[in-house]
Amino acid sequence: MGSVMSDLKNALGKNILDIARPRDNRIYLKVKPEDIPSVIKYLFFDYKCKFSTATGMDMREGIEIIYHFAREDKKMLINVKTLLPYPHPSIESIGKDIPAFDWIERELNEMLGVEFRGHPDMRRLLLADSFPPGKYPLRKDFQNSDVNDEDYDYEKSGL
Amino acid sequence: MKRTIVPLGPYHPLLEEPEHFKLYVEGERVMEVDVEIGYNHRGIEKLSESKTWDQVPYLVERICGICSTSHPFAYCLAVEDLLGCKIPERAELIRVVVAELERIHSHLLWLGLAGHFIGYNTVWMWAWKYRETILEICEKLTGNRNHYAMFKPGGIRRDFNDEQIEYGLNRIEELVKPLTMLTNAILDDPVIHKRLKGIGILSYEDAVLYSALGPTSRASGVPWDTRWDEPLAGFKDLDWKVITQENGDVFAKTVVRLLECFESVSLIKQGLEKMVEGPIDARIKEVPPGEGCGRYEAPRGEVIHYVRSDGSNMPYRHKIRAPTFNNLPTFKVSCVGETIADVALITASIDPCYCCTERVGVVDECGNEKILREDDLIRLSVEKTEQIIKDLGKVPTLYSKEI
Repeated sequence: MGSVMSDLKNALGKNILDIARPRDNRIYLKVKPEDIPSVIKYLFFDYKCKFSTATGMDMREGIEIIYHFAREDKKMLINVKTLLPYPHPSIESIGKDIPAFDWIERELNEMLGVEFRGHPDMRRLLLADSFPPGKYPLRKDFQNSDVNDEDYDYEKSGL
Repeated sequence: MKRTIVPLGPYHPLLEEPEHFKLYVEGERVMEVDVEIGYNHRGIEKLSESKTWDQVPYLVERICGICSTSHPFAYCLAVEDLLGCKIPERAELIRVVVAELERIHSHLLWLGLAGHFIGYNTVWMWAWKYRETILEICEKLTGNRNHYAMFKPGGIRRDFNDEQIEYGLNRIEELVKPLTMLTNAILDDPVIHKRLKGIGILSYEDAVLYSALGPTSRASGVPWDTRWDEPLAGFKDLDWKVITQENGDVFAKTVVRLLECFESVSLIKQGLEKMVEGPIDARIKEVPPGEGCGRYEAPRGEVIHYVRSDGSNMPYRHKIRAPTFNNLPTFKVSCVGETIADVALITASIDPCYCCTERVGVVDECGNEKILREDDLIRLSVEKTEQIIKDLGKVPTLYSKEI
């Protein structure tokens, strides 16, 4: 089981800011936003991990994104964390190369206002097209009163 | 050839949830698919941030009426991962039993719907009839046919008594015979072979590239099963195997689900037989700051919950990802090149928590519009089945168009 730790350290050593293994089957890596594409492509293509999902979180100083990868045969969940500072959280899109990342990037974009540079199809995924732009419901400073009926642009509603 | 857009959705009374598909067709062939979701977005992740750790299981149980065990299961695992706590063995086994009952009833529900889609209403009636046995066991063991409210971080809420365990064992044994009959009947039926084989193929490479989950990926030969891969308490001591198929078509997905029902029956029996005495709750007092991930194999694939605590009585962030989120985009590859008559079946084959269409409007570029209702879609599908029966020259015993 320890081999996953050493594999990651050998392959990604120079990119890793911090590595922790709080449980037997959980590894948390911290990397810089600019290293994310290379780390993710290593994990997905070379290390044969399944991409489970990505979590975005409003951490007041920025948006933290956690990419969850499962290496099933080693029974290990590898979590890659990165912090995108305010006021313009922005990161390279992975969805343009790996389709599994397509939808979750669209979700993070509309819910938390993260810009994914180079994403081919950044339409709304879960929110209505008429939802006012520039409002991000999963940010901590979002209040229900921030969005009123008159802010909706019903011209834009798709159907 | 001229490309036409066929909108499918967003409302369809046959299935549970609304979803909108845009099919770009050339003649009868689908060339490109665009999926729009979000019609049922309820903001549960945000809502969860305002619930206490104990209230969240009730909330996540209501994410899905069918996976009402899988979401609380994954959430409880996430909280237990955060705390590093181990739950009592009896609670682990009871969790296995409830979760596997849910898997069978979900697979049988899907089988019935798929049967109805291709005009095999006998399959529909049989599958749902035997599903009733499972729902009755659920009612006896947990107090409800669905939404069991059995899970809590640290254990389970209600214990099984000896009478319930015996009832469960007897009734589940009762299911084996009809389930075997149904499986053999389906796997031997020549028309079902012709109708389901070779359509909606998801290759191994695409399953990996889209990170497809559950029976969708296992039918393409990707052996991912979270119950096996995540050393889940409870499952590790029981004897069962992961079912995989190689072809990736609708038939392979049917086979995976049918055979998984037998593994689930075996897991339930083992769980009930090996039931140990002891406490059912680890009695969690408070949740310290930290983070945890919980993964569980729902009937449709891996469910993942991530929780972050800042030490208060509510989650700071609670991320939920249901399996259909990863499985739906695979239509972009599996529907391409198929006919409209097959699309309803292919979209159903991943067992999405979705709802396709009340009506389908066919709009060509000149603005001519033709409305296809739900019955028309099923009619298209049934017509194809009838054509196969005609070609075969013999009506199979299972086939029945009448409801």
